[in-house]
Amino acid sequence: MTAASIVAIIIFVAMFLLIITEKIEKHITTLCCGALTLIFVFGICMRDLGAIWDTINLSAIVNPEFWHSTGAESESGGIDWSTILFLAGMMVMVEGMARVGFFRWLCMLIAKLVHYKTVPIFFAFMCMSFVLAMFIDSITVILFLASITIELARLLKFKPVPMILAEIFCANLGGSATMCGDPPNIIIGTQLGYTFTDFITNTGIIAIISFVFILAYFYLIMRKDLKGNASPEDFANLPSPASAITDKPGFIINTIIFLAAVVLLVTHATTHLTVAFIGVSVAVVTMITSGKHILEILKKVDYKTLLFFTGLFIVVCGLEKTGVLEIIAEFIQKISGGNIYLMIAIIIWFSAIASAFIDNIPFAATMVPVIKALSATAGVNIDVLAWSLAMGTDVGGSATPIGASANVVGTSAAAKAGHPIGWGEYCKKMAPATVIVLLISTIYICAVYL
Amino acid sequence: MSKQMIISISREYGSGGHEIAKMLSERLGISFYDRNMLDDIAKYMDVDVDNLHKYDEKRKKPIISRTVRGHSNSPEEIIAEIQFNYLKKKAESGESFVVVGRCAEHVLSDYPGMIPIFILGDEAEKSKRVQMVRNVTASEAISIMNRHDKTRKAYHNSHCPNKWGDSRSYEISINSSKLGLEHTVDLLADFIKIRMDSTDNN
Repeated sequence: MTAASIVAIIIFVAMFLLIITEKIEKHITTLCCGALTLIFVFGICMRDLGAIWDTINLSAIVNPEFWHSTGAESESGGIDWSTILFLAGMMVMVEGMARVGFFRWLCMLIAKLVHYKTVPIFFAFMCMSFVLAMFIDSITVILFLASITIELARLLKFKPVPMILAEIFCANLGGSATMCGDPPNIIIGTQLGYTFTDFITNTGIIAIISFVFILAYFYLIMRKDLKGNASPEDFANLPSPASAITDKPGFIINTIIFLAAVVLLVTHATTHLTVAFIGVSVAVVTMITSGKHILEILKKVDYKTLLFFTGLFIVVCGLEKTGVLEIIAEFIQKISGGNIYLMIAIIIWFSAIASAFIDNIPFAATMVPVIKALSATAGVNIDVLAWSLAMGTDVGGSATPIGASANVVGTSAAAKAGHPIGWGEYCKKMAPATVIVLLISTIYICAVYL
Repeated sequence: MSKQMIISISREYGSGGHEIAKMLSERLGISFYDRNMLDDIAKYMDVDVDNLHKYDEKRKKPIISRTVRGHSNSPEEIIAEIQFNYLKKKAESGESFVVVGRCAEHVLSDYPGMIPIFILGDEAEKSKRVQMVRNVTASEAISIMNRHDKTRKAYHNSHCPNKWGDSRSYEISINSSKLGLEHTVDLLADFIKIRMDSTDNN
């Protein structure tokens, strides 16, 4: 192992520890660790200025392939600007939708359509969480769903915690179904050249099958908590869906932008428009149509997450270029003894366990080069490994309150409403659900692809 | 004493700080807030109070909680914030009250009527009180005292820039073992009166 590899590992481990302890804001952590990687790993240890330039990867943006792809796998490592621009674009679009009251309107409308009955609301909100999270980041989905659930629980007198937990799980599961649903999928998709269709026809099918089992599972374990106790007067206090809309013309425009984004994402394999192009386009249109609200929207964009990604990609590139990730790939190959079934099981379950306790984004970013190397050295189809990684990282995060961002914002919203959820209560309901989906994923991948 | 007064009592476990705070509130004829504020909060929110008490005056557990976009999922941190907001609302309403713990000396430091007090005690006296109240042996009492003080210190220091028990953070720090609870209350009541009069004159 070279000095550069050792320094890259030290920086990576330090970054992970700092992210976990939350002593420093995580975007500052990754940016500082990214700068240390550029200076010490590439500059001092490797004396390779070319590696620094490759890692910063600005040349990728001026490449026409970046905006209009022929579907080839991305050759360039370094900062994944496609992921960053796509996320930024979607954040702008989502903020535009939130400003006009879209999410609140949708939640209230669905609750009204099922006549404010608790069990149908339970199923409808799980479905909504699953479907919305396929296209919109799960944090936004859960922020709105949890807040409406708490509001409805107060008015209809049912326990909100089980419903919020079910929504969180379904958001994470829905996110696994598409390329744009969960950040690990965006990273896997952009770096390995997959399309929206590739995801929906692979992880999407696994997610939908799992969703059916999950609906049944949550209903079975939560049905006793879903009994509402509302009187006819309580129904009179319920807000109407229309009252959620704050700007009617803006609402129509933003809904059209959202639907256009969905169409562009679903068809991007045929149009060859990249996710970066789609992200930037929806952001530009949202800003143009927002008029005087542009600044308000831009201020709400979570730029810290974008900076977090930027630093993270540099640190991971340090591991990649120094050969550390190849060593991990060789290790996986060795312990699996070349057995493909074991390799898949290791990737799914190891990714899931790791994602349950650490941020799944840095984990996925690290694992993509690992599975690339594993595929090359073991001669295993990269697709099989990619879908295993996607399901493991996306679903594994559901098992604990800290495993995924949706879990954090959902449990936070519940606690703020006076329903703190401890690890015991959370894991008791969510860990078995996670195991169910992981088992389905393992069986499906082994049965269909091998 | 027409102005609002907010008496924050921080205390070592076993020092009788809680009792002193209660007696002081009765002597001054003002409200008293301790963990009972959670009963109020639970009633207002229509939630189970026992579920809130579990996380009362406890420090956020690092590693097993996370913050995403400014949303922390640490129940300890959120319950603390809910209590801080409750105290701020009470203070904003102009109410005078005695509050035990809950970082009140920091949370309400902007209020001119805030009088932060720290109650300490001799270990032997504190141990005697804990043995009597909790019906435990001397060694058990010491261990309970150490555990509680450690938890209070960690909770306080995670929310406040000043250190728990540091005399510079309080207007008066007093050893209740020297005067006994009654006389400590007498002394504090006198101090508060002079302090409020001087504020009135200023």
